This record gives sequence, C-alpha cells and structure tokens, in this order.
Amino acid sequence: MAVRRLAPEHLQPKEFSFTAENLAWAQNEIKKYPPGRQQSAVISLLWRAQEQCGGWLPQKAIEAVAAMLGMAKIRVLEVATFYTMFLLSPVGRKAHIQVCGTTPCVLRGAEELFKVCHHRIHEEPFHVSADGDFSWEEVECLGACVNAPMVLIGHDTFEDLTAETFEKVIDGYAKGSPPKPGPQIDRHFSAPVGGPTTLTDPSLYAKKPSAGEPQQPAVADDDAKKPGAAANVHEAPIPKPPAADSSRA
Amino acid sequence: MLADKDRIFTNLYGFHDWGLEGARARGGWDGTKAILARGRDAIINEMKASGLRGRGGAGFPTGLKWSFMPKKADGRPHYLVVNADESEPGTCKDRDILRHDPHLLIEGCLIAGFAMGAETAYIYVRGEFIREREHLQAAVDQAYAAGLIGKNACGSGYDFDVYVHHGAGAYICGEETALLESLEGKKGQPRLKPPFPANMGLYGYPTTVNNVETIASAPDIMRRGAAWFSSIGRPNNTGTKVYCISGHVNKPCNVEDALGIPLRELIETYAGGVRGGWDNLLAVIPGGSSMPLVPAEQCNELKMDFDGLAAVKSALGTAAVIVMDKSTDIVRAMARISYFYKHESCGQCTPCREGMGWMWRVLTRMAEGRAHKREIDMLFDVTKQIEGHTICAFGDGAAWPVQGLLRHFRPEIERRIDEYARNPHPEPIREAAE
Repeated sequence: MAVRRLAPEHLQPKEFSFTAENLAWAQNEIKKYPPGRQQSAVISLLWRAQEQCGGWLPQKAIEAVAAMLGMAKIRVLEVATFYTMFLLSPVGRKAHIQVCGTTPCVLRGAEELFKVCHHRIHEEPFHVSADGDFSWEEVECLGACVNAPMVLIGHDTFEDLTAETFEKVIDGYAKGSPPKPGPQIDRHFSAPVGGPTTLTDPSLYAKKPSAGEPQQPAVADDDAKKPGAAANVHEAPIPKPPAADSSRA
Repeated sequence: MLADKDRIFTNLYGFHDWGLEGARARGGWDGTKAILARGRDAIINEMKASGLRGRGGAGFPTGLKWSFMPKKADGRPHYLVVNADESEPGTCKDRDILRHDPHLLIEGCLIAGFAMGAETAYIYVRGEFIREREHLQAAVDQAYAAGLIGKNACGSGYDFDVYVHHGAGAYICGEETALLESLEGKKGQPRLKPPFPANMGLYGYPTTVNNVETIASAPDIMRRGAAWFSSIGRPNNTGTKVYCISGHVNKPCNVEDALGIPLRELIETYAGGVRGGWDNLLAVIPGGSSMPLVPAEQCNELKMDFDGLAAVKSALGTAAVIVMDKSTDIVRAMARISYFYKHESCGQCTPCREGMGWMWRVLTRMAEGRAHKREIDMLFDVTKQIEGHTICAFGDGAAWPVQGLLRHFRPEIERRIDEYARNPHPEPIREAAE
C-alpha cells in the first residue's frame, strides 16, 4: 500500500479529450467485453490516455474515461490510484525509467543502477531532472529475473545491465537513438550466456510448414467421431511409468 | 536430463519464428479439430490422467479444476481466464511463453475452453509486459485469420473467442479473484471464497482461472497422451516444468526440464553452477519469493518438485529458483522481499495491510542489528498472526519467507544484534510495540 495522490492543481491541464485515432481504438476495446460490461475496459483506456498525455495521467483524463464508460468518477479514480503503472504526476520528456529493485535484481547489482539514477537524473524518484528530459522510479519485480538487473523504459526492457551499460542506455535516450532493447550483453533473451544448453536437437525444427495450408490432423475425423468409449470413460486410472525404463537413465 | 524431444516449449529462447508458420512447423495446431472431436469428458479425463498440476504456484490438479465447471444447462455464459499476470519475484517463465510460443497458449485456450464449455477466454497479461502483449495480440489475430479460433474454430463447429486484456502493475492481481475484480474494471482486491469462481466468477458467471504454462501444456498433453506426460517425473509430481534460475549463478537462464530434477543438477547443468562453486551456496528460494528459503545444507539432495520441497518445509511455487551465495546479506535480502509485500498489499485486510509494513520495519532494523533479541520471537509470532487470517493467500506468501529466515538464520540475526549492542550508539535501541 502506498499513498498516491493526484498532481497539484497548477500542473493539471485544463482539459482532455482522446484523439480521433485513440477514440476509435477505445471503442474497439470496449467491444471486447459483453454489453453492459464496458467498465472492464477502464485499465486499457486509462493506459491509452496516459500515453496520449506524455506518460502521466491528469485528473481531466480520469474524468473523461469515467464519462466515456458511464462510471462514477470515484470508481475510475480508485483504479487510477490503485494500479502503480498509472503515474499521477508529470514525468521526463524523453524517458521515465523504471528500475527494478526487488531481491533477484538486487542480488545481481541493481543498487549500482540506483546510484546512476541519483547522479544522472535526480536524488529522489518521481522528480524530473533539471533539463526536464528524465525521471525515474524504483518499481517492484518486472518479471525478467534471469536477465537481472533490468529497467523498463517506455515499452522496452533493457536487461543484464551494469552501471556503464545503463549510462549508455540513458545517453541513447538523451540523443534520441536508444540502443536495441533486451539483454545488453552477448546473450539471446533468457538463454544462458554462451548459447543454449537445451533445445539444440535440429530434428525438432526440421519440419517445414505447408505454405499457409492447414495441415491434416494426426487423427482422422472418422476415428474420433465414432460413438462410444472415449467420451464416456470416467476416471481413467493414472498410468504408471514402466519399472525399468532405459530411456530415463 | 530431459531429452529435447520431450520438451513442450521448443521456442523458449526465441531462436525461431513465434508466428503461426513457426508454431505449425514445431507441431502446434496439429490435429486440434480431432482433439476437440474427442469430446469434453475425454479431454478432462486425459488431463486428469496426465497428473498435470497447476503451474502458477498452488499446484492444484488441472483436470480436476476443469471438471468443477458446471455442465451447461441454464444458458449462462462460461469463461476461461488465463492468468498471465506473472509478478512473483524470481519468475519469468510465462513471459517467454507469451513472446516466443504464444500459439501454444492460444491453442491451449481453445482446448481448455471447449472442455469446460466456455466460449470466451480472456488472457490477463500484466501491464509491464508490453512487447509480450503485442506478440500475443498478433498471434491471436493470426489465429482468427486462419480460422483456428472465432466462429467454427478449427472447423470443429465450436465458436470460441480469445481476448487479450491487460493490467497495470498490481502483484495482487495474480490472485485469481483479484484478477477477476480487475478484469471487471475495479480495484484488484480479492473476493471471499466461497462462492468459488467455478460457480460465481467473472461477471458472476462460471469461470476457471488457469496459469499460462498450465494452459500452454494442454495441447501437447492431448497430442502425445497422458501416459507420455505422466511418465516424466514421479507420481503426484508429473510432467515438465519451466524453471527460472536467477541470482548468484554463473549463467542465469530459463530452462524446461522434468519435475523432480535435483536442485544441484539443475543449477550445475543449466545455470553454470553457483558463483564461486557449490560450497559457496548460502541458501536458495526455490519457488518465487513467497516460498520459505532453503539453507545450503538441505540443498544437496533436494528434488525440485511439490513433494520434494514440502519435505523441507518449503514449496515448489512457480519453480523460480533464486540462488544466494555466501556474499549475500541474507537479512537485508529478506527485508527487501518484505518491502515488496508491503508495497503490493491491496489494503483490504488489516493483518496484511498493517502487518506488512511492521514486518518490513522490524526486519530492516534487524539487518542493521538495531533490535532486541526478544523481537525475533515477536516477529515470528506476528507472522503467525498474519498467516491464515486474511482473505487471500497473499498474507501467507508474505509471512512464509520471514518464517523461513527466522527458522534458518536466527543465529545470524542474534549475531548482528550482539555486534550492534557491543558498540556505543548515541540513540537508544527502539523496540517494536506489540
């Protein structure tokens, strides 16, 4: 739990409305849910509003979403303050950096990344740097623990960072040419450094798909549609592994 | 070591095409129509026979869970909800499935949805997985375009819709009823059970919530048969599992292997060993941060499955192994985990809302030694008062790691307290109020 409040009055824009493109997108989003359940779209609409507002969520946007979904304003405000990805005050123009500070990342050196944030951006989280380009915050586990330590900037993650490579990432954003997202060392996603130790059997990938054509099912339809046994069998006994199985030695 | 042909997630690392063509080349969407033609009961029985247990943490038998859904009689809609709100610290397996093998998940949704009479599936992806969500949405669009889902899915005559929904950064939404609240557009605060989601779930209709890995395993189990799946591992702990090995190992990675693989083999074969050698191991957290840690002396013979870990008073959880070597400040590491729970508590139940911050503050003082020895027992007592006294299992999941720390590292905390007390300090040592 954390106390999260809206930005002070003087920072709040006077009005908000979705762009035509976002409005069309939002209407499509609402259609995903059954009629009368349009409230389900509140998170995705708020998220789109946040992106439109430059990375944070002003009060007027919350009210606009409430009006659009026919919800009470307080219900949308509750959602906006409950979920921590909604940022309630302005963030850096070029990037808002979310640094993972949970134990698996700390074990791999996330504290070095915080030091970089302190001297490059601001001593305090959620404060915009002097030039207005950057802001940072410490977030809880971002789900890339085998690539720790890592940060999330905008839509992309930068993984396997050190203080030096993290500085390079920030430099990249400052210049408007961020590096390639993903691991910043010689490594392919979550595979171990030095190449995978599993999934190396080429026969797994030898089969070529037939060009666009749906393949024939392994079992013919007639086999399966025969009335009787399969569908009516209840509680099949659990098969036991063979006692002496040389393949598992 | 499991043979490559027995692995389910053949594109775990993303070396190959994650799209429909690639998925088909690796055997996805093969004979799905015939699987559906076997009928609801046959599919559920096959899942029961496979012995698959939920891969999201609690390990509930999947086939049994599917069978709880009411048989369609009253015309109410049924829902399948896939829990892709993967936020347990240490865990990053679903992320690889979402971005590199999304078609296995979508095919699994169709099979699971058909088996439980659900015509709609919502996949709830955590908000931070933005690129993963884009892959998944693209894969769903491909599947619609190819007629694999939608009206008359795979030519089976069954109509099935899959929608991708996302959250916005709340760990608690991984709890199934909180996830349903969130999906309904509310704060993600867990509901009381009963009624269980199988009777009153999403929008008040019968709903089953399953983890990504569970659902994505279903197509392969149906294709290769329950006997194949249950021949891997040992009884009650069958099948394969994606392990995430993070922390102080030489080569952190995700890897799929059989349940019941010895922890040492897992770390040394796949993750390049513990940093500084096996003897440098201090402790592991075997199943994501909610599970009690296991000290090094119990790790030598430890088997990574439900029963193996229950024997050392821990649990498999999500099979996210966080390895800590002897350079780790174990008390601080656990205090940081307590901070995580303080941050993520939804605030609904008092023991959790108040207790999380209290535990974090006391542990932070203990990490510095600025505490009294009697507070160690008090802390243990408080964890016991939180555990089991909240609506959802979040309270348990936050209390267990602290209990694990106190169970195995009490002498370390006492040593720090002694050391602090031995040196003069201007301020008196404060004590927590009971």
